[in-house]
Amino acid sequence: MHNKTLSELSAGLAGGDFSSEELTGGFLARIGKFDGQLNSFITVTAESALAQARAADARRAQGQAGALTGIPLAQKDIFCTDGVRTSCGSKMLDNFIAPYDATVIEHCNGAGLVMLGKTNMDEFAMGSSNETSFYGAVKNPWDLKAVPGGSSGGSAAAVAARLTPAATGTDTGGSIRQPAALCGITGIKPTYGSVSRYGMIAFASSLDQGGPLARNAEDCALLLNVMAGFDPRDSTSVERATPDYSAALGNPVKGLRIGLPKEYFGAGLDPAVAQAVEEAIAEYRRLGAEVVEISLPNTALAVPTYYVIAPAECSSNLSRMDGVRFGHRCAEPQNLEDLYKRSRGEGFGEEVKRRIMVGTYALSAGYYDAYYLKAQQLRHLIADDFKAAFEKVDVIMGPTSPSVAFDIGARSDDPVAMYLADVYTIAVNLAGLPGMSLPVGFADGRPVGLQIIGNYFDEARMLGAAHQYQLATDWHQRIPHGFE
Amino acid sequence: MEWETVIGLEIHAQLATTSKIFSGAATAYGAAPNTQACAVDLGLPGVLPVLNKETVRMATKFGLAIGATVAPRSIFARKNYFYPDLPKGYQISQYELPVVGQGYVDIELEEGGSKRIGITRAHLEEDAGKSLHEDFNGMTGIDLNRAGTPLLEIVSEPDMRSAKEAVAYMKKLHALVRYLEICDGNMQEGSFRCDANVSVRPKGQEAFGTRAELKNINSFRFVEKAIDYEVERQIALIESGGKVVQETRLFDPDKGETRSMRAKEEANDYRYFPDPDLLPLVIEPAFIEAVAATLPELPDAKRQRFMEEHGLSAYDAGILTDSRDIADYYEAVVTAVGGEPKLCANWVIGELSSYLNRDGREIDASPVSSVLLAGMIKRILDNTISGKIAKEVFDAMWAGEGDADAVIGKKGLKQITDTSAIEKIIDEVLAANPDNVAAYRGGKDKLFGFFVGQVMRATQGKANPQQLNELLKRKLEG
Repeated sequence: MHNKTLSELSAGLAGGDFSSEELTGGFLARIGKFDGQLNSFITVTAESALAQARAADARRAQGQAGALTGIPLAQKDIFCTDGVRTSCGSKMLDNFIAPYDATVIEHCNGAGLVMLGKTNMDEFAMGSSNETSFYGAVKNPWDLKAVPGGSSGGSAAAVAARLTPAATGTDTGGSIRQPAALCGITGIKPTYGSVSRYGMIAFASSLDQGGPLARNAEDCALLLNVMAGFDPRDSTSVERATPDYSAALGNPVKGLRIGLPKEYFGAGLDPAVAQAVEEAIAEYRRLGAEVVEISLPNTALAVPTYYVIAPAECSSNLSRMDGVRFGHRCAEPQNLEDLYKRSRGEGFGEEVKRRIMVGTYALSAGYYDAYYLKAQQLRHLIADDFKAAFEKVDVIMGPTSPSVAFDIGARSDDPVAMYLADVYTIAVNLAGLPGMSLPVGFADGRPVGLQIIGNYFDEARMLGAAHQYQLATDWHQRIPHGFE
Repeated sequence: MEWETVIGLEIHAQLATTSKIFSGAATAYGAAPNTQACAVDLGLPGVLPVLNKETVRMATKFGLAIGATVAPRSIFARKNYFYPDLPKGYQISQYELPVVGQGYVDIELEEGGSKRIGITRAHLEEDAGKSLHEDFNGMTGIDLNRAGTPLLEIVSEPDMRSAKEAVAYMKKLHALVRYLEICDGNMQEGSFRCDANVSVRPKGQEAFGTRAELKNINSFRFVEKAIDYEVERQIALIESGGKVVQETRLFDPDKGETRSMRAKEEANDYRYFPDPDLLPLVIEPAFIEAVAATLPELPDAKRQRFMEEHGLSAYDAGILTDSRDIADYYEAVVTAVGGEPKLCANWVIGELSSYLNRDGREIDASPVSSVLLAGMIKRILDNTISGKIAKEVFDAMWAGEGDADAVIGKKGLKQITDTSAIEKIIDEVLAANPDNVAAYRGGKDKLFGFFVGQVMRATQGKANPQQLNELLKRKLEG
């Protein structure tokens, strides 16, 4: 049962092969059995999951089930869940029981999806390895010595290990795509404004975007259909009819114009990763796509631009964590300043503190123009690169990450090296474009991801291109050893 | 040395919306602490602001009323600082691009004439909550009911040269926002608050002196007192060889003085940057036109009209246009009476105002409605009662004893206009006071008033005064 995709599970539930309660119980049992090795969940909500499952079964009995009713799902612990701890991977919110549901959670509940629990993540989504979590590092199911990527590392590891058929994630600079790549699964970050950010704890508001992680593109489309939609509670939500993301899955690849940015295949790219990506491109050629080389000349500016804008926004977004109304408060504060200093000093981890410091500096009087304003200007240049490219091609492809999953601890002492590894994913967030990753092979036994970048609101075409590839290959069906 | 005072005001007008600027929570004053603070106001993780469009309409109205450009595109920015009653650790405000640009108002000067005061800008922002330092046993309580209440911050040019001008400007804006119905103007509840930037310079010098910002001056009287105190302090300081430092000073109304709150060096670096949770505020020309169509007649225009069309003095027209409610009341009375604006104005400015003052009531809570007052004035005009008796009628109406006719009927206050009846009483009075009659006829003109008083007493004030005067004069001289 646990190896089935969302669409297979949907058919099984509809055909009465199994109930949601059985399905949910099965996944909860797998979490109990395997998650000790992986640490992919922060909170498992077994009791409420079974209650939701029974409600879903009842709903089905009344003939009111939707496509995903009764299917279990894991939620990244960044989405506020009414009555359930929402920690964001931080000691700061270890005691925070959200009093409301995020819009994404509402949508999932409305569709009858069953929440198995809340997945582990880098603290406040700041990290690319899931090592910054207050709840400890998550292990990569393909190799327990390796990181799963981040920040949605718990979601990616849980999906890869078949502890859940799918999970939600968020992506600020690659936090869905990079862990999907490193764990050998499929994930998509839609166009900025497609998925409501209401109730999704903010890291960098102008970059954050929720999206699904699943085993294949078809499942991502199904889940994105539930997650996306205009939300009047999020002013940056785009007011347009929610598209059917599954609509173009059947479209053939023939004639698809694929652009390969030369900057994505240069120095710093692991040759083994390059080879797997090139083989995937070759497959697209066989399927009839036209492949052309393009240039995104400002690619090298993406990382420095991002590491001004994201910390600047986070330095302000995290100010509300002050020990006054919720979250961690230091013991016996002596005065207001002591309350702030110790609550925040104790509640935040090193990486979060580093980014708050960087962002505060970038916004300070006398530095604002040189850093924040300059970064905003560069952001336009980066977006313009893509705009020019999409006049020539339908989608852009390249590696998701320059290397496969690295060993836990290997980059902990070198934050800049960690930041630079996000070079291919970050520009997509700066431009607000949709991007996805799908598995296309292995290097040293660890998965390689192919990134597909699309034009604004062109997710259906991207998902279609990925689906067609997955019909022709079986990388997405590989199961990590020990989790069969 | 002769000194010149330079004053600029920052006025915070609380916009009269029913819900907050970025959340759906209510803005009503006086609710139990934290009962009007929703998840957004509490700054819980994950919540997002959504702009209340009504605040944009109100800001647009204000912009039009001061002759300013309403910005086609303005930006909400975050002002970052930590304080327990600031839930998010930043205030959403506008910084580089405010919604309302440069405008002006004209103030009337005490010495006559008027003066134009420039308004630099006005911008939308959210209010913070309240810190309560009493009753918490060494701790501080936080009430976030006020957090997220919409404010329009109106920044003036440093155009005022005395505390009196500052007060006149503040009163002018106070009237204006109430005319526009964008602020209830309630200063006790903090709906209309003022900070003043005050500096002095030697007369004739062009460069401004170093300014102090005065906070917590929330009544017209305090503004005047605080500025006067501060000007004296600065002059004394400079004349004794000291220097004014740029700082924020708090006005203590009990002591009538200002004291230092924080120096410029201690000032926060607010790290303003555009709020990524809110899109730029775009205002279309069609929206501005639609709002313009709803603008009421503004105080200056109304005042002018009352002078030109009603023949009122500048002083009377000024008082009647101080508030839109008073002006509307007055106009309703004139309409119901069918003319006689001067008489109507006298009653509104005189009796009605003093009763309102006495009972601490606003005109919209007056027991004597415009209809009641007009009914009474008609009885003056048709000689049913005299102006003097009318005061008694007014008092009875105020006490809820019915309309003028009911009061006149019940109390028998109908004027005596029957000449023979008045003559009869005059004759009795003259007969009873032969000495005074002789004295009057001997040249003591002042005794005329004595005889009037006697007749009025005998008729309980009901004799028609004009008739009485004529008849009495004839009898005495005859």
